[in-house]
Amino acid sequence: MQTNEFPKPNWIALRPRFLPFSARVDRRVPAVFLVLCAVLLLVLVLSVSYGAYKIALLDVLRAAVGLETSDPNHALVVRSFRLPRILLALLIGMALAASGAIIQGLTRNDLADPGLLGINSGAGVAVVGYITFAAMPNDALLPWLALAGALGASAVIYLLAWKGGVSSLRLILVGVGLASLGGALISYFITRLTLENAQRAYAWLTGSVYASTWPEVRLMALWLLVLLPLAFLFARQLNLFNLGDDIATSLGTRVEQHRLTLIALSAALAAITVTVAGTIAFVGFVAPHIARRLVGPTHEGLLISTVFVGGLLLVVADLVARWVIAPGELPLGVTTAVIGAPYFAYLLYKRGR
Amino acid sequence: METKNLSLAYDRETIIQQLSLSIVTGEITTLVGPNGCGKSTLLRGLARLLKPKAGEVLLDGKAIHALPTKQLAKQLGILPQGPTAPEGLTVYELVAQGRYPHQGFFQQWSPEDEETTREAIAITNMVELADRPLDTLSGGQRQRAWIAMTLAQKTPILLLDEPTTFLDIGYQLEVMELIERLNRERQMTILLVLHDLNQAARYSQRMVVLNQGRIVADGTPGAVLTKELLANVFKVQANIVIDPDSGSPVCLPYRTAVPTPHSNGANGHKK
Repeated sequence: MQTNEFPKPNWIALRPRFLPFSARVDRRVPAVFLVLCAVLLLVLVLSVSYGAYKIALLDVLRAAVGLETSDPNHALVVRSFRLPRILLALLIGMALAASGAIIQGLTRNDLADPGLLGINSGAGVAVVGYITFAAMPNDALLPWLALAGALGASAVIYLLAWKGGVSSLRLILVGVGLASLGGALISYFITRLTLENAQRAYAWLTGSVYASTWPEVRLMALWLLVLLPLAFLFARQLNLFNLGDDIATSLGTRVEQHRLTLIALSAALAAITVTVAGTIAFVGFVAPHIARRLVGPTHEGLLISTVFVGGLLLVVADLVARWVIAPGELPLGVTTAVIGAPYFAYLLYKRGR
Repeated sequence: METKNLSLAYDRETIIQQLSLSIVTGEITTLVGPNGCGKSTLLRGLARLLKPKAGEVLLDGKAIHALPTKQLAKQLGILPQGPTAPEGLTVYELVAQGRYPHQGFFQQWSPEDEETTREAIAITNMVELADRPLDTLSGGQRQRAWIAMTLAQKTPILLLDEPTTFLDIGYQLEVMELIERLNRERQMTILLVLHDLNQAARYSQRMVVLNQGRIVADGTPGAVLTKELLANVFKVQANIVIDPDSGSPVCLPYRTAVPTPHSNGANGHKK
């Protein structure tokens, strides 16, 4: 036994006296959290003020909380047009980032993203297939079809990967395989579409928060309030999955049961974003990477940070989407791809060396 | 801990057949045998990482596959071969994860968890390295960190699969001495799979030799490590000498053995 001084652990223990709950998070988390929140708030205000109709920063704040401003139009623009879409972008970013962090931790593969669970291809096939084959496509049905397609695809991938248990590798292989099959199907459907319907399909596929409404924001917020705390409670299991299935088993995790729960959580988080905004790529993949740099690989802190990084990323992407070709705007999914793809390439390059 | 007529298989290929073995509490037992003899498979079976095809593994008379896995994790610590950790994970965090079986869904980090984590780090001499990321450590230090993680589990039994493989000789001894210390000071029951026969002989009270999925010798190192066994099981001719320092047998192989027609592995060295 040594009597040397222990270095300080790189975590802080959370043991609130008034709750039957305790956990530990990386000691960088509080600072990172505060900085992220501050930057996020700043970007949110900037984003709301920016647009064809510019609003001073102070007026943004006043209008957002319902105070009177110099121009009665401010309240309308801020509260009815800009806030819902920007908040929706924020929530979608949060959900996708959490989903990505879960699937990356679970598969021990940091190139994984929610697309691996067939979310995008499943929703895409369902929606584009419906537009292709329905006599009179009804837009109100699209979110439900997307949800069914996304969750259906996840279920199929899980079942196909099952062989007395689901190994990460099989999950990845089946996921990648099914995603390309889905992509092929979507392309085929589109070749059979009329020009007008093809445009409709493309608009949906590229993902957008254009013309978002408060009910959509509320729906997303509600889902996140349920799913994110649940994900946080499973952080330790994710940490153990990160050490490999053998270690996870020997430390007493019910591996298959927890894997199924976490896959379901990840799929649900990504699937709800698809229903409100179509497919938005790369946020779920990039956000966990950035968060890992900030707070390290343990999931208690990683999940918290990832959520805010993802939200921030998507709010910025939305601002960029409205700014680059103003007064027109790019679909949000295109912007995230433009930001995310180079990062993916950079990672591959860095690894190749 | 014991096995009763245990058979283990990967897919259709049976590796271990009808094997009965009982591990003596408080001893260091080592499983040795040629490549592919099934020693690692047997360890995985004992660790419930592999479901038995037939027979059972018993811990205090209860079948381990029927026990709740978390409860078993408080009895049985396991270190598989060549474990890997995510980039940037510190020794502290790794060891802390060994506390998992003692935690609840909401109570995830108690003062006792913190205390035991420190203790495990101290006993493995990792104190100064505790805040270092695992990927910055040497092979021997990393292996000690993993052992510390299994110690944080606070189990009376520890199963280790080739804990010294791929380590330089100095690091190998470091790990073996730690294992010896755990057995002596904490009365831990330890079951090892080892490649190196001399290390097995030097550090364990009992050696079990496997060949083609069956036990062919079982006993003290002095009784097990014989010229005949080395010729029949490992296919080498060797001299056996006694290490004047420790008194344990040391084998000095000098050439591969030509298999004799009447040697069929099992040759009467059973206890």
